[in-house]
Amino acid sequence: MTTSGGLLLVLAVLAPFAAVMAGLVLGGRNAERVALATVGAGLVIAFEIARAVLASGQPMVYLLGGWAPPLGVALRADGLSVAMMLAVGVVIAGVAVYARADFGTPTGMHETRVSLTFWSLLMAAWGALNLVFVSGDVFTLYVALELLTFAGAPLVCLDGRGETLRAALRYLVFALLGSMVYLLGVFLLYGAYGTLDIAMLGERVAASPLTWSAAALMTTGLLAKTALFPVHLWLPPAHAGAPAAASAVLSALVIKGSWFLVVRLWLDVFPGIVTWSAAQWLAGLGVAAIVTGNLVALKQVRLKLLIAYSTVAQVGYLFLMFPLAAGARAAHVDDTAAVTGGMLQAISHATAKAAMFMAAGLIYTTLGHDRVAELRGAGRVLPMTMLAFALAGASLIGLPPSGGFLAKWLLMSAAFSSAQWWWALAMLIGGLLTSIYVFIVVMHALAPADVGWTPKRTVPGYQQGVVLALALCSFLLGAAALLPPDLMRVGRPHTAWVAP
Amino acid sequence: MNEMWLGYCAAGLIGIGLYGLIVNPQPLHKILAFNIIGTGVFLVCAVVARRGAMPGMGGDPVPQALLITAIVVAFAASALAVALLVRLFEVEGRTTLDEDEVPPRTDRHGRGA
Repeated sequence: MTTSGGLLLVLAVLAPFAAVMAGLVLGGRNAERVALATVGAGLVIAFEIARAVLASGQPMVYLLGGWAPPLGVALRADGLSVAMMLAVGVVIAGVAVYARADFGTPTGMHETRVSLTFWSLLMAAWGALNLVFVSGDVFTLYVALELLTFAGAPLVCLDGRGETLRAALRYLVFALLGSMVYLLGVFLLYGAYGTLDIAMLGERVAASPLTWSAAALMTTGLLAKTALFPVHLWLPPAHAGAPAAASAVLSALVIKGSWFLVVRLWLDVFPGIVTWSAAQWLAGLGVAAIVTGNLVALKQVRLKLLIAYSTVAQVGYLFLMFPLAAGARAAHVDDTAAVTGGMLQAISHATAKAAMFMAAGLIYTTLGHDRVAELRGAGRVLPMTMLAFALAGASLIGLPPSGGFLAKWLLMSAAFSSAQWWWALAMLIGGLLTSIYVFIVVMHALAPADVGWTPKRTVPGYQQGVVLALALCSFLLGAAALLPPDLMRVGRPHTAWVAP
Repeated sequence: MNEMWLGYCAAGLIGIGLYGLIVNPQPLHKILAFNIIGTGVFLVCAVVARRGAMPGMGGDPVPQALLITAIVVAFAASALAVALLVRLFEVEGRTTLDEDEVPPRTDRHGRGA
């Protein structure tokens, strides 16, 4: 049944894609204007969906053409979808404001390739992400993921240098292989259960070799797209080579699309058949990512590569929620702490990493380079930006009251309550390593500049302001614990914790 | 029994494609290998359609609809990859993904390189 206001879900997906079309047709400076107007409208739509879902306490559903699954396709927004849609909307808005300085059409020119491409791809990535969050069936999710890849790969090589083209191609090869493997799993599931709808699959799946193969194939494919260790090698050159605004979108948002799909599969489709050891393996890869990503980040000479390797590490944290949620379910207790912790980690990383990449972009513009050891003077010229970098870093480390702190607190309490203390240890080590490189960067940046040194270029104040705003979002996200309504819980199955 | 053999063919195609994708460093080979994997996966889908057929029908229509969509998406993906590859050749005059090699100094636009 379509719920009231269900059409909003269609609008949330359609509006950004309509903006892509309109931008291409109108061309030139209008592409930017259309995109900025759509950002405003899209934020209103996302907040309206959140309000409606919180008010009703039920997931929002829209049946396309009025056809019910298994024949039709349903769009569905539960608490997890709404939380991600809000976070993505806020980050996209921040990136759009920031990008006006870098991707505006210069006066006197009708149209430039780079700015037209950037605004189109920004909107396309947003629409694809919204489709990932509201899709109710596994095949529409495949199409949404492909759209996300098609928007993400060209963002990597916006400036057209050979090095970024190579990074984009390598990213595309990993992503295409990943989605083909995922698609094979989808076909196997359809062959066995005759439906693609997530809710129906969740009821029908039975523990059998075929289901396990499908789950393994789909998860493996998505890991390649999320860049979890050991298939993370494409990520650092791709994310570090792109222009700052594009890096922010790629690192903060695009990888979260495929991660969100793993969450959907493991929590909603396969909760009954995921074994304890499978969840341990998945989180074990996450720990390997945390350790290697952080250690390699420490060795980086360039700031953008350091931030990109930090993303490799932070992706690892996102996978710690799976054994914790599975452990809670196995003990017949509420898995909310683990799930909410994982989602908060994703959201706080999205805002913090977007702020960090854009701060690195401002530093690059001001100094003309981004070598970590030569950042002296940056703190004097860009005080707001360095504050933003430090606040975003505090959220990645997990200092209170940041979103990263609340996320790690929830994950750790879930780890102790399900007697899996080793994940808490991994989180502590990760936080320690993260704090080292954040402090290295901030210390170098706070050193006084050489006498007579002047910045290469001054950056507009609004760019600094929006970076600080995103960093503050991440830093103050811990206050979400004080909010009364439990958004993430809307639409979660209650059976697991009423059962005992 | 017929579907059984089609299934084996699909597995073979996926295996050949995976081998080509992993072993061969040339991006064009990788794109072609991706298409071979794709053909294998689509064949699996066709087998699913045939096995799910109602009595008196040639096949289950839903997987056929999925198949057409997936083919279009895979085609678009190949086109995007080839476009990136052509651009890479224009910029650098070579098409390897290996960063260690020194790019040839002559002819930056790649004409005839």
